[in-house]
Amino acid sequence: MNATRRTTLAGIAALAVAPFGAHATPETMRAAIAAVASGRPMREGKVTLDIQPLVDNGNTVPMRVEIDSRMEGADRVRAIHVFNERNPQPHVLSVAFGPQAGRASLSTRIKLGDTQKVVAVAEMEDGTLWTAGVDVIVTIAACIEGIE
Amino acid sequence: MAIPLVNAPARVRRGEVFEVKTLVAHPMETGFRPGMNGTLIPRDIVQRLRCRFAGADVIDVALSPAVAANPYVAFHVRAERSGTLELTWTGDNGFSASHSVAIAVE
Amino acid sequence: MKRPARIWAILVVAGFAAAAGAQTATDGRRSGFADMSPALQAIQRDDMSNPAMLWVAEGEAQWNARAGNAGKSCADCHGAGESMRGVAVRYPAFDAKARTVVDLDGRIDRCRNEHQRASSPAPESRPRLAIAAYVAFQSRGMAIAPPTGGSLDAAAIAGEALYRQRLGQLNLSCAQCHDERAGGSLAGVAIPQAHPTGYPLYRSEWQGLGSLQRRIRNCMTGVRAEPYPFGAPELVELEVFLMRRAAGMAWETPAVRP
Repeated sequence: MNATRRTTLAGIAALAVAPFGAHATPETMRAAIAAVASGRPMREGKVTLDIQPLVDNGNTVPMRVEIDSRMEGADRVRAIHVFNERNPQPHVLSVAFGPQAGRASLSTRIKLGDTQKVVAVAEMEDGTLWTAGVDVIVTIAACIEGIE
Repeated sequence: MAIPLVNAPARVRRGEVFEVKTLVAHPMETGFRPGMNGTLIPRDIVQRLRCRFAGADVIDVALSPAVAANPYVAFHVRAERSGTLELTWTGDNGFSASHSVAIAVE
Repeated sequence: MKRPARIWAILVVAGFAAAAGAQTATDGRRSGFADMSPALQAIQRDDMSNPAMLWVAEGEAQWNARAGNAGKSCADCHGAGESMRGVAVRYPAFDAKARTVVDLDGRIDRCRNEHQRASSPAPESRPRLAIAAYVAFQSRGMAIAPPTGGSLDAAAIAGEALYRQRLGQLNLSCAQCHDERAGGSLAGVAIPQAHPTGYPLYRSEWQGLGSLQRRIRNCMTGVRAEPYPFGAPELVELEVFLMRRAAGMAWETPAVRP
């Protein structure tokens, strides 16, 4: 993994533990995104962020993020970062792609504590940034079991 | 002991892009939930999943507590030559799990 | 452990079975699967992404591991795990030796005590759920086929009475939600018909696997009643009744629910 990627991930690891207060807010999410962007402009496009708009339980929310990229030359995706507005922390995950990555895509499952916006930011090899956001409504299960 | 489940093809064609699906047993305790006595349950998460194929990086994922329990991560690998797909998970409290799969490129 | 290769081999066949769980019986009975979001349905349909398969894999390892003072594995007596096909769909059953009705988890625990001479793991603990999930998984796609007989019939009658009895500070019976108001919603969440077609199952709320007894206790807490302890005869009676009520429906273990 080259130095840039390593730095990218180290930066995010630091970000994840940074004291943003009791809960993320749209402002803390913007700050977290700004830390990744470090002054570079972000454009809408290239990023597909696939999350169901209505979630029956926020503990297991399937999410797929994919960037329109040939994964070659300047069109390679260096990393994708995912953020949220209203969980305790704004950072969800970051993924750095190495030379053996076949596509700039990742599927996983995330936790969403409330109805909120989720934002993905992709960093291309040429340093440009692309983004997309999705609004998700979370319904909380009735009859929630107490912690035993 | 964590037993990861990894699904990857045993054989692929040269240059083929294939999907790898992974699951690892882990509570992904956020550190923000109060326990029975009202104090917070300490954070216990998988912090990192790294995958290499034939000695080179595929993905390196940094996970925050917002990733769901028993993390599922699926991604795509490009295979130019036969090699071993190596996955390692590391996390809080010395958590570590690994799995490798030999993949033949034809 | 040995890689759970056999599990993956079964999956191709089992995939159809999981899909069968989505079917709605012509008599109007619906699995909770039918009321879930497409995203959760997709997780249950794909064993490569179903987190409950982590428990099934652990259960397979346990099945083949020698344990207890007897130093025997499940496989030493029963052979391959596939020999358990059809077992989960006919539990709870009458245990002639113990002269009582036991559910699948109770049956496994008796086996563990008597034949392996091993102590019982705590209810809902990982080893206990894993072996139950592995055994129940073998029956996926089969129709629920509860046995009959004197003690079981009596348990079913007692179970139905409990199902219809108002409980707790909210003074609600199981039937008031799951018969009279099934298909409606409670606090924005669909009320299922409460057919126990896929236990032990992975519940998003639990962020893990749990048994039917845990689910029933969860409901009792919901109506502000004091839940029966794990293994209580009342819980087994409710299980007998619920399995009869779901007779003929497709077995889904390991299911996924919100």
